[in-house]
Amino acid sequence: MKDKTSKKAKTDEISATIKVDALARIEGEAAFTVKIKDSKVIDAKLRVFEPPRFFEAFLRGRRYHEAPDITSRICGICPIAYQMSSIHAMESAFAVKVSPQIRELRRLFYCGEWIESHALHIFMLHAPDFLGYEDTIQLAKDHPDVVKMALDIKKLGNDIVKLLGAREIHPLSACVGGFYKVPTKKALQPLIERLRWAIEASVKTVKFTSQLTFPDLEKDYEFVSLRHPNEYPLCEGRIVSSKGLDIAVSEYEDYFEEEHVKQSTSLHSFIKGRGEYLVGPLARFNLNFDKLTPRAQAEAKAVGLMPPCKNNFKSIIVRAVELLYACEEALRIIEGYEMPEPSRVEVHPIGTIGHGATEAPRGILYHRYTLDERGTIRSAKIVPPTSQNQKIIEKDLTDFVSKNLTLPKEKLGWQCEQLIRNYDPCISCSCHFLKLNVEEQ
Amino acid sequence: MAQHKKPKVAVWKFASCDGCQLSLLDCEDELLAVAGEIQIANFLEASRAVVNGPYDVSLVEGSITTPHDIVRIQQVRKQSKYLITIGACATAGGIQALRNFKNVKDYITAVYAHPEYIETLALSTPIAANVEVDFELRGCPINKYQLIEVICALLNNRKPNIPKYSVCLECKQNGNVCVMVAQGVSCLGPVTQAGCGALCPAYNRGCFGCFGPKETPNTISLSNRFSDLGMKKDDIIRIYRTYNAFAEPFRKESEAYER
Repeated sequence: MKDKTSKKAKTDEISATIKVDALARIEGEAAFTVKIKDSKVIDAKLRVFEPPRFFEAFLRGRRYHEAPDITSRICGICPIAYQMSSIHAMESAFAVKVSPQIRELRRLFYCGEWIESHALHIFMLHAPDFLGYEDTIQLAKDHPDVVKMALDIKKLGNDIVKLLGAREIHPLSACVGGFYKVPTKKALQPLIERLRWAIEASVKTVKFTSQLTFPDLEKDYEFVSLRHPNEYPLCEGRIVSSKGLDIAVSEYEDYFEEEHVKQSTSLHSFIKGRGEYLVGPLARFNLNFDKLTPRAQAEAKAVGLMPPCKNNFKSIIVRAVELLYACEEALRIIEGYEMPEPSRVEVHPIGTIGHGATEAPRGILYHRYTLDERGTIRSAKIVPPTSQNQKIIEKDLTDFVSKNLTLPKEKLGWQCEQLIRNYDPCISCSCHFLKLNVEEQ
Repeated sequence: MAQHKKPKVAVWKFASCDGCQLSLLDCEDELLAVAGEIQIANFLEASRAVVNGPYDVSLVEGSITTPHDIVRIQQVRKQSKYLITIGACATAGGIQALRNFKNVKDYITAVYAHPEYIETLALSTPIAANVEVDFELRGCPINKYQLIEVICALLNNRKPNIPKYSVCLECKQNGNVCVMVAQGVSCLGPVTQAGCGALCPAYNRGCFGCFGPKETPNTISLSNRFSDLGMKKDDIIRIYRTYNAFAEPFRKESEAYER
């Protein structure tokens, strides 16, 4: 990583540009630039260099049942999120009703992705920032037990995905209507002991992350997440916000809009008439604390984490709480599992529009498809969580640098990177996403 | 192994989903052992520490889609003793090579409000179309054990043991019942290179070609069989046009049905 930083004394005013040309420990290619003039941040930009891949364009003309496999290729880190959002969009379009057993199995599948993704982000991408390591391999030299535990948790998440979907990356069992094949009750049994272990490991993770030092950046964010009457949101729910939004998924585009800005191949989202908002673990936690398991609630409380938490640096603790939740939820599903029969229901395409939104590890992932009577996709729209967070990341950079102008530039630059990683940005997802620059004036 | 003798390995990303390089981090049981044998000199997804080239091994993920990336891959080549492509994007152009069959300008205006902000090439090309490549590892995504095999082979100066036969062979070894023969399900297995472990037929579905064309594939014969199974022309075009659409045997076969 190149870090060009400089500081020029002009009387007592600070003018500088903090710049990182290739952000590390994120999924994809991006950079950031923060320009400071006369002790004021005049510009903060997150630039996305990820080459555009045009998924929405080449989905046109494909059949509805191809969408889960094709869209999963947008992101190797959260393929299940893409599969689930596209499947739910198609099922809402064709009014497909799946059995409760299939619904449960989808939650288990998604829990696997959350466990894998959260363990990866907490320990391999984010914790090194808090502890001053360049990467997890260096972290492993001083804290081998922590990294070993992290890898074991991550592997468990991957194994859940693999058991249901045949492989960890771009699994292949999920389809519109259910699954091509479902596991037997017996096949899931070996996961039980490992999940019991992972629940305790997650509790340790909550404690471990809560003892980190958090830069001070409390903000009055508008949090947006799904909310379901009976469960912590994964696949279904209404879209709600901390400032009173409460809409059906199908109304998404009436309230949210995307704009195309120059520095980015990713589109930036905002709430019409209001502006930027935050999606992801912090939003889910603040809006759905009451739906966490009693244990997850208690462990959060025990480390002083209560909604509303307004410091997104603490999202690392929230991810640990969600990790605990996902392990408990996976265990609950496996213990009550009955094999769905049949594994998938028949689907009858009609010409219509379908909407789907699910909670990817990084936040809401919205899909919309216009379909003809054969089930051929006529148009597609995909809004990944990282596009939705892009505006708020730039706002955070401005606010954070403004408050910390006197920090040594190397430290400030690194903390800006850490701030960006609070969002677990996925540049490949936003297709489109991230690079950090602080520029001299 | 002495510290200074550890081979320097770099990981580079072009247009891709990150999944293939994630395979390296998914080697939970092997990660620390592998990291002990090599010096990870450039792996942005995992580390902010960067060691300058030259590198002994460069693992390249993604396809070439922008003018800037043409320059970048040439720099990677110059700095690398061995250049290994990992995955369908780097080896065949990836799913984003579907643009190669269309006018890319229409694609840009379909996705972006300001086409003037977008810099992209008309074609998404594999790495080998731009620079010399020492080994191509197939898959969407790659098989992580094949990746470890390639790294180990290079570290020991031997040829990687990666079979080029079809998925059918793996499928038979696994004892699967043929989905095409028994259920009439269309399957690309006969023309697709092995490596995944024949996963799809074991999951009641046909192979959809993640590992690209095998050596000397008989696509014409397979397409005839697809027609017999009731597949229409556009169905046949679409089955060849996914993650390895621009690999020559698949490209030619799909184009034959466009006429």
